[in-house]
Amino acid sequence: MSAQSIGETEDTGVVPDAPLLEVDDLYVEFRTRDGVAKVLNGVSYHVDAGETLAVLGESGSGKSVTAQAVMGILDEPPAAVTGGEIRYHGEDLLKVSAQRRSDVRAEGIAMIFQDALSALNPVYTVGFQIEEQLRVRLGMSRQEARKRAIALLDLVRIPNAARRVRQYPHEFSGGMRQRAMIAMSLALDPEVLIADEPTTALDVTVQAQIMDLLKEIQTERRMGLILITHDLGVVAEVADRIAVMYAGRIVEYADAVSLYRRPGHPYTAALMESLPRLDLKGHELKTIKGLPPSLLAIPPGCPFHPRCAMAQDRCRTEVPAEYRLGLGRTSRCHFAEEMVGGV
Amino acid sequence: MGRYVLRRLLQLIPVFVGTTFLIYVMVWAVPGDPFAGMCGERPCNPAFVAMMTDKYNMDETVFVQYFLYLGNLLQGDFGETFSGLAVGDLIALRYPVSIQLAVIAVAIEAVIGIAAGILTGLRGRGFVDNLVLVSTLFLISIPTFVTGFLLQIVFGLELGWFPATVSSEATWGELIMPGFVLGSLSMAYVSRLTRTSIAENRRADFMRTALAKGQPKRRIVGVHLLRNSAIPVLTFLGTDLGNLMGGAIVTEGIFGIPGIGGLIYDSILNKEGVTVTGVVVLLVIVFLLVNLIIDLLYAVLDPRIRYD
Ligand SMILES: Nc1ncnc2c1ncn2[C@@H]1O[C@H](COP(=O)(O)OP(=O)(O)OP(=O)(O)O)[C@@H](O)[C@H]1O
Ligand code: SF4
Ligand SMILES: [Mg+2]
Repeated sequence: MSAQSIGETEDTGVVPDAPLLEVDDLYVEFRTRDGVAKVLNGVSYHVDAGETLAVLGESGSGKSVTAQAVMGILDEPPAAVTGGEIRYHGEDLLKVSAQRRSDVRAEGIAMIFQDALSALNPVYTVGFQIEEQLRVRLGMSRQEARKRAIALLDLVRIPNAARRVRQYPHEFSGGMRQRAMIAMSLALDPEVLIADEPTTALDVTVQAQIMDLLKEIQTERRMGLILITHDLGVVAEVADRIAVMYAGRIVEYADAVSLYRRPGHPYTAALMESLPRLDLKGHELKTIKGLPPSLLAIPPGCPFHPRCAMAQDRCRTEVPAEYRLGLGRTSRCHFAEEMVGGV
Repeated sequence: MGRYVLRRLLQLIPVFVGTTFLIYVMVWAVPGDPFAGMCGERPCNPAFVAMMTDKYNMDETVFVQYFLYLGNLLQGDFGETFSGLAVGDLIALRYPVSIQLAVIAVAIEAVIGIAAGILTGLRGRGFVDNLVLVSTLFLISIPTFVTGFLLQIVFGLELGWFPATVSSEATWGELIMPGFVLGSLSMAYVSRLTRTSIAENRRADFMRTALAKGQPKRRIVGVHLLRNSAIPVLTFLGTDLGNLMGGAIVTEGIFGIPGIGGLIYDSILNKEGVTVTGVVVLLVIVFLLVNLIIDLLYAVLDPRIRYD
């Protein structure tokens, strides 16, 4: 069963021909003892079937929070969505019933996490955790679900799936665990897969295998893939479009080719010099000077100005608008056009 | 697992020998005439002393005495009291009610403690949470004999809801209040342990995964949260059952329960060495076995624990 069939059986707000998943001007804050942290400040991105969107940005820029908001798994409280829409087939998920939200979560949008060991329940077998979805959501019998779980483990190329299905997460290696996690996320045939740093916790060689697997599965099933990552090398290979986040905003949004050829935002440029790249192993990395801003008190003007080498006076007072750089490419820098067009 | 059980059982042997020997020595090798005061004001007559000395192998070294005793014990013979009663019979007469009391106590602390823990762990801060915190603090800080006398007076004598003392039949109904008193301290710990365990696991990554999988709330709590949170709680309850099976001298005393705690107490007062040794040896065995069972239970609950 896919989300489309949910659309047929229930009265939903699904709009035909709408993009698969759109995040539109999303605001999220965390209300903590220290004050209100404005974690997302108008995030927008979208992904269509068969497309890969990479989300880049320093730690704390809000990549995971955006993903959690899309899944509807934020810790509320302390988190609160204070504005914006999350549209799945045109239907705003922030307005639907809890039941509908849960259905979409199960069958429309799936997510895999960075640390598969802690993301899997240690006291149940890997098989149980895959089968539980099939049994609860599709009403499969134990035997049917077991068969399907083995097939899924096979699909993600876990050797000896029939035996592995009965093992516990701690009996798997890191790479195998992430494969099992992927198998689990595919159980109900989702249309969108959000992968939050799926390879960060793994060895370099395993990282490449997992990325290949994800890419292959995505192409086969024409899934929309949102890939949150730190690895520019990976991004270059797999992403159709890239969203660069800074202090809870997308500061640059571009197709991978043009972004690599010429970044449209000083922060992107700095990231490209500082993030580890598979193809430049051994080179000394430049780090971006300074720290990301406190989300309790985001600087006025351009939030990046205290760290920006190009900052001018107007950057300190005037929030940069979203400049269009043609063909769906945008940048939130006053000097975006100079960056792309200038020498 | 089978091999682990075997190894654990084999490990019981030296522990068993060591503890029983220590107990034996402490009871029998105390300086002084073991029969002093047994014959009223006068010293015992020599024939009696000779008979007793022979009966308990008192002229042998303590090692020989111990091994003779151990030999009998392994054949199920706990020896006789000075007055000629079989210690085995005494134990058979008085242990069941203590076990019954321990089971009631653990059942009460499990039901009430876990319920309070789940309620507060799931709800988070609030009125119920504070209520439970304060009342557990209350229970923890009051000694058992105070709780015991208080409940006895209020519910037994004043309100008459429960019998104030336990008759010689010691029915389950009569044992509820004593069981509550005996379990009250651990009940407070169980509720706090459950609360902490649930509050901790509630934020675990696997809970978020279960949510992301679109599992219904009830199932996320019932299947994913409770199973993980149960591990430390069940372990504690098992250990506590082991402790309480050792008899409850104070609680048995307050409610006049003819249990094993009272037996130990009386036999120490009367210098009944054979009885003391027999009972304590039995309790050591029970304790060791209960602990073994808990360790095995632990492995069943938490598959990450593997014993080979
Ligand atoms: N439960 C929470 N309570 C308070 N603040 C939170 C919570 N979760 C996230 N935040 C805040 O939200 C901000 C964004 O966090 P997020 O996890 O989205 O970052 P990220 O971009 O995914 O970083 P990383 O690369 O480290 O994963 C951080 O500043 C963090 O402090
Ligand atoms: S707006 Fe100014 S401070 Fe901000 S990125 Fe552009 S140049 Fe730097
Ligand atoms: Mg993150």
